[in-house]
Parts: sequence; structure tokens; C-alpha cells
Amino acid sequence: MNGLLTVDNITKNYGSRVGCHPASFELWPGEVLAIVGESGSGKTTLLKCISGQMDPTSGSVRYTKRDGEQILFQNLSEAERRFLMRTDWGFVHQDARDGLRMGVSAGANVGERLMAVGDRHYGHIRKSAADWLRQVEIDVERIDDSPWSFSGGMRQRLQIARNLVTAPRIIFMDEPTGGLDVSVQARLLDLMRGLVRNLGLAAVIVTHDLAVARLLSTRMMVMQAGSVIETGLTDQILEDPQAPYTQLLVSSVLQV
Amino acid sequence: MYVAVKGGEKAIDAAHQLLAEARRGDPSIPEISTNQIEEQLSLGVDRVMNEGSLYDRGFASLAIKQARGDMIEAIFLLRAARTTLTRFGYALPLDTAQMQIRRRISAAFKDLPGGQILGPTFDYTHRLLEEVLVPEPAKEAPQPILADVPKVLGLLGSEGLIELEFASDQPVGDITQDPPSFPMSRDQRLQSLARGDEGFLLSLAYSSQRGFGRTHPFAGEIRLGEVEVCFIPEELGFEIVIGEMTVTECEMINQFKGSGNTPPQFTRGYGLTFGHCERKAMSMALVDRALRAGELGEERSAPIHDEEFVISHADNVQATGFVEHLKLPHYVDFQSELLLLRQLRQDKDRAE
Amino acid sequence: MSGPHYNFAYLNEQTKRMIRRAILKAVAIPGYQVPFAAREMPMPLGWGTGGVQVTAACLTAEDTLKVIDQGADDTTNAVSIRKFFVKTANVATTEQTEEATIIQTRHRFPETPLKENQILVYQVPIPEPLRFLEPRETETRKMHALEEYGVMHVKLYEDISRFGEIATAYAYPALVNDRYMFDPSPIPKFDNPKLDQSPALQLFGAGREKRIYAIPPYTKVKSLDFEDYPFTLPTWEKPCAICGSKTSYLDEILTDDQGGRMFVCSDTDYCRKNQVAK
Repeated sequence: MNGLLTVDNITKNYGSRVGCHPASFELWPGEVLAIVGESGSGKTTLLKCISGQMDPTSGSVRYTKRDGEQILFQNLSEAERRFLMRTDWGFVHQDARDGLRMGVSAGANVGERLMAVGDRHYGHIRKSAADWLRQVEIDVERIDDSPWSFSGGMRQRLQIARNLVTAPRIIFMDEPTGGLDVSVQARLLDLMRGLVRNLGLAAVIVTHDLAVARLLSTRMMVMQAGSVIETGLTDQILEDPQAPYTQLLVSSVLQV
Repeated sequence: MYVAVKGGEKAIDAAHQLLAEARRGDPSIPEISTNQIEEQLSLGVDRVMNEGSLYDRGFASLAIKQARGDMIEAIFLLRAARTTLTRFGYALPLDTAQMQIRRRISAAFKDLPGGQILGPTFDYTHRLLEEVLVPEPAKEAPQPILADVPKVLGLLGSEGLIELEFASDQPVGDITQDPPSFPMSRDQRLQSLARGDEGFLLSLAYSSQRGFGRTHPFAGEIRLGEVEVCFIPEELGFEIVIGEMTVTECEMINQFKGSGNTPPQFTRGYGLTFGHCERKAMSMALVDRALRAGELGEERSAPIHDEEFVISHADNVQATGFVEHLKLPHYVDFQSELLLLRQLRQDKDRAE
Repeated sequence: MSGPHYNFAYLNEQTKRMIRRAILKAVAIPGYQVPFAAREMPMPLGWGTGGVQVTAACLTAEDTLKVIDQGADDTTNAVSIRKFFVKTANVATTEQTEEATIIQTRHRFPETPLKENQILVYQVPIPEPLRFLEPRETETRKMHALEEYGVMHVKLYEDISRFGEIATAYAYPALVNDRYMFDPSPIPKFDNPKLDQSPALQLFGAGREKRIYAIPPYTKVKSLDFEDYPFTLPTWEKPCAICGSKTSYLDEILTDDQGGRMFVCSDTDYCRKNQVAK
């Protein structure tokens, strides 16, 4: 049996500088993988290379479709890639402004993916948008408001709703709680944990924050200077880190 | 009973007559001749030829007169005339190294082979209005230097300090034959800039100097003079000289820190214009270099880096046409909007 | 236009051939915007030069030309373009829709139904229906290639949620032959249904933007809408004050400064015929 996503020796070079040394892993349905490391460690580069946001220098990404067929992402046409990226996959940017269409209302932001896949019934689109706003704890009264009028935490929740409306199977997140106040972070994490569990979503989350990894992920990859230096179950790594760098990370952050 | 408005034809005829009168001005003042324009407003003629994309001083002078001195209108007249001309073929590339130089300066080197020649320039005049302009040159004007003055940028090339440029084996693009598509090749881009609006390119170039897309430029060489135009007629099969034209060439030297696999070296920005259009040639060179940011692996963040934005909006004949088309009737569209607006307001009233 | 001798219909034959090739391609791919090397014409870009070039490339000495602007033959720009072709092609002209073999139009589709042997040439300012949602040509080309038209429905969605209906009154986007989304030029949406399955060949010329596109005869043109908010046509409370037509597009005429106004046909030829018939 194949994993949902099979990443094989992905690398990325920026000119002569290496952004990411060969990285491989398999993601299983319903599994949440956290990629952890300090800024500049190559974790965002890796995320972008496996999620179609950026072309890797070498390596491959395979995805197992709903019918069980495994496809090589690098072989897909642009049309197929775009279709996959707005149906089965979702991407949550660190800055919600990169992931939202800021010029249109919250409702249109959520409805856009439905319209992109051919939904032509206004009433249905509107109802779905309202349902999703409710699920991400945004007051439905705000459905016609612009995301500009939303707080940072609300924008992030809106971005998540916009991604989830087409019932994706994998969601990629780049520092989804970065730049938010601590209390807002906690609420968002709580919400995300609930959604991921209830929907049976698989997710890859890039974060520099071990607390985020601990709360959301089942498995962890630790990166340093472009290389994966340790992988394992999240609890295991946090309890018993092997690599010296991981030990340093765990000891410095998880004193409490 | 109401009769629909008529008389478009009459109105147009009357407008044309009024325009003719306005163009002539006070009949007691002697009429200006196109020869006078060609000789005494020669920089205006140069600009019209440039942006009109047609090297014809006589037509350009006539266009300026007919346009009452409105340069964009004159450029437009010249472009429309150009449309009707038959295309015989392409001239060979101009060899500006063989220019009969009248003006040549370099801001990069104090002294250099061939020397610096100021030539006819406003540069060091005091901008004081003078009621009587010197009618005749006091002494005989200095003769132009003959050709074979080496290019300043060539002097740097031997050390590998500046990027080398090679003739491409691709056929030269022609933006008047093939519609432009983005991203453009550099030849198409330079053609578009050559006919682009001087003011627009000047402002873009200026913006890059003020920090919106810095290019660290030095005026490597600016030269003005006459070059031969050569052509190979199909029936002859060999090269003949078909005429001479005045051009201004500007080669900018731009600092470059290197990126990826490219070592640090100077890079080039290029500007070439018909006639004496120095400001335009310099602006063009700065914009050309800025638009190469992508090719050189530099960050593209400023308006001047955005090829589609710069090239799509540089043509003043296109720009003026579309801005001014708002004068045309839009009764039908406006009516549609009126209907819609009334409907929306009714709906709102009803809802309340 | 004194001075040089001009070729038939102004353009030289090389240029006409280039434009005809673009037109043939456009007809072969209904609704697809074909780039062409538009020339500067002796009228300003944005004033119908695309339409004029298409007309010039189609025109033969046997043709009868009609030119309308806002539905009327006597509006200044229509007069100017008609004069241009009389001068450069010495072609017969008419104001009667059914007599014309080529009709160049700005902002209207004639009220009189068109026939198989007629060509309707539209002047187009912005050929790209996605332009105001996505300013980049490189991106809009990709969107057409991949049939990524969801964003247009986002705009319609926004209209409905803000105004309760689709608030686009003219240049109303439609899908041609179930494939390409296209801009019918700034005709009122009232005219959109006439484009569908029209027996006439419809050609669209955008000079400044250097694009030609076409709707071949008997081609499906479907105005965008939602299943539960279907495309609707505007209506007037009163018929035309001159001819009494209840089916034509009406212009509003202000008759005094006291708020007095009346509604009359925008298609002057159609209005006159109706009067004669009465």
C-alpha cells in the first residue's frame, strides 16, 4: 500500500547555494507531520517543493488519488497541477494576505474554490460559505465583509476555511500561527486540531515552534542547515531527542 | 414632435474648418514653413521621427505644423503615414562604431582614445532667456571627427570587466509585424522603448535613480553623429549604401554584484534614437538595463522592473487614443448603467 | 486626405493578408483572441481602429457598408469612419441594416435580425474579459488555456451578495461554443442574446490591444450566470416615444431641465422603418 504522499530525494539549490539537501518521507492518510527548525533551516523550501509552490532541483513527489492510482506530480500538466491544488490539496500561507483574495468578501473567498470546480448555484455556494465560516468560528454576519476588516487571527481562520471547502485530503501549512498573539495562537491551534481530527485530514506543517508541533503533529522532522537531521514520532522526539541540535531545541523551548 | 438628433456630418465639417482657422492663427503674421520647422525646431522634428518610428525630416516637419505643435498628435500623424508605406526589407544593422561623430562624451573616463567632444549641447548654457539669439555662429563650427573612434565599452571588454555581447543567431524581431507577447526578447523590448514616450521613459528612469529599482549607472558613452544605412537589395545580392541618418547612442555601464554562477562584472544598458534625442537615449538605456533584472537574477520589485507594465504603457499613440476615446459617445452604456442603478435603488427601497 | 495615393481601403495588401489570416484563425477557434500586428490608422487608437482594420481586410468593391455608433448612423464617429471608407475604397454605403453586407458597429447589435451573407464587425476597446480581475496578459492567457474561469463567477457572486443581482449592464461576459470566455465589447447586455446562433459572421477587432476574435455563424453564445440567478434582460416601462416599439433598446433623452425625459430607439434605422410601416 502506498502512502498518500511519497516524497523521494527532493533537493533545491539556489544558484550555488543549497536550500535543501535530499529529503524523503511518506505521509499517510490522516497523519500530521511537522517540519521543525529555525529560520533558514530549509523547512519552508522543502514545503514549497513538495506542495507545488516551487519546482525542486531534483527528486519526485508522488500522490495517491482517491481511486488509489499513484501519480507523479512532476509529470502532471499545468492544468492537472492547478486542478489538484484547488481540489485535493490546500495551502495555508503564513501571511493570510498571500492566501486570500483580499479584494473580495469573506464569502467569496470561501466560495471561490467551489466556483473554480464548477459550482454554479449561488444559493449552494453561499450556504457552504456560511457553514465554513461557522466551522472556523467566524460570525456568519461577517460573510459580506472584506478580509481587510478582519483581525490577523480571523484572516488565518478564513484562509483555512477557504482551503477546506472543497474537502481536500492534504493541507500544507507554512507557519500558520506565526505573527499572531499568543492567546490568538492558542485558539487557532485548538481549532486546527479539531478540524484535522474531525475531517481525517493529512497535513504537513512547517513551524519553528515546538509547542505547535507537539499540539498538532503525530510525527516530526527536524531540519538544520538544509538537512533533515532527525525524524520520528513527535512524542518520542520530544521525550528523547537524539541529535545534539534537537536536544538543544527541546531543552531550550520545553522547560515548562 | 421630437426628432432624433441629427447633423453629425455637418458638425464634423464645421469642426474641421474651425481647426484650420485655429491652426493658421492671426493671418497678419507670416505662415511658418516646414523648412523653418525642419531647420529651426530640429530637436522637435527628431522627437517626432523617433516616436513616430519613421526617419523622414520633411514628413515630421509637416506633421508638427499640421498638429499645431502638439507633439503627440504629430507623432500620431507620422505613424499613420507609416502604415501606408510599402515594406521593401530590412536594412543591415547600423554600425555606430563607424559614426561620423559630432558629439561624444563619457562620464566614466576623463580621457580616452578619440577624446571628448561636447558638440552642439545645451549642457553648459546658462538657462537665461535671451531676447536676441546669436544669429550667426561667430567662427566656423569645428569639423566632425571622422569615424573609427573606439567604443568606450569595448575598452572595458578586453579585461573581462564588462559583460560581452554577442550577435544572436535568431532573426531580429519586428514589433510592427508580429504582435508583442510577454515575456519579450531584448530586441523587441528595445524596439518598443525606441518608439516609447520620452516623458514616460524619463520618469521611469528617474524613479530608478531615486531607489525604485536602482541600477547604479554610469554614462559610459554618449555619441551623436551620422551613420550610413546599408541594404542588400534582392536583385543585386550585395550591400549598397542607401543613405545616411543622424542617431544618438547611449551605452550605460551598470554595476552588478553577480548572482548564481555569474561573477561580479559591469553590465550594459543600451539606448539608440533617431536624430539628436539624448534625454530619450539615456532614459532608454536605464530602462533597458532595469528590465534585464530577471535575466541577471536580480530582485524585481519596482515598477521599472515590470516588463508588461512598462512596455504596455510606453506608447503614447496608444495611450492618448484610449484616454481621449472617453470623449466618444457612450450613450448606450450609460443608459444601461442608469437602468441598472434605478433598478438597484428600487430593490433597496422595496427591501426597506 | 489629400496628398499620397492610398491603396483600396487604405491598408496595403500585405497588411490585409496578415489580418485575414488572423480572422481565419479566429473563426476556426470561436472566442479565442488571436494576436495580430495592428497598424496605426489615421484615426486614434481606441476610436475603432481594430474594427476599421477588420473591415478594411474584409471589404471588396462590391460590398455595401453600414457604420453605426450607439446604434445610430449619424453619430460623429460613425460618420467619420463611413467617410473614411468612402474616400479610401469608394464603397457603397447604406443606413439600412438589411441592405448592408458589412456592418461596423460600436456598442450595439442592430435590432433588425441579421442574415447569413452579412458580417458584423465590432469595435473593441478591451478584448480581455478577465482584465479587470487579472491585469496581467501572461496570466490571463494561461487562464484561458486552462479554462480557469472561476474568478469571473467570484465577481458575479460579489454582485449578488452586495446588490441582490448581477450588476453588469454592458460588456457582459459570455462563453462561446462552450469553451472560451469572451467580452462582447461594450454592447448593452440587452444585445447579448442576439449573438447566440446568429446567422451572420461576427468579427471583433481591438486595434490598440492587437487582438481579433470571432463568432462564426450559428454558434452558441451563453451569457454567464448562476442557476438560481439566471441572466435577465432590462425592460422599459414605456415603448419608444417615436415608433412605439416595445422590443428595442431605448435611449433616454432629457427634454428639459425640469426632469422631463423620453425614451426613443437607439437604433435609428430600425426606428425609422417602424414609423414608415405605421
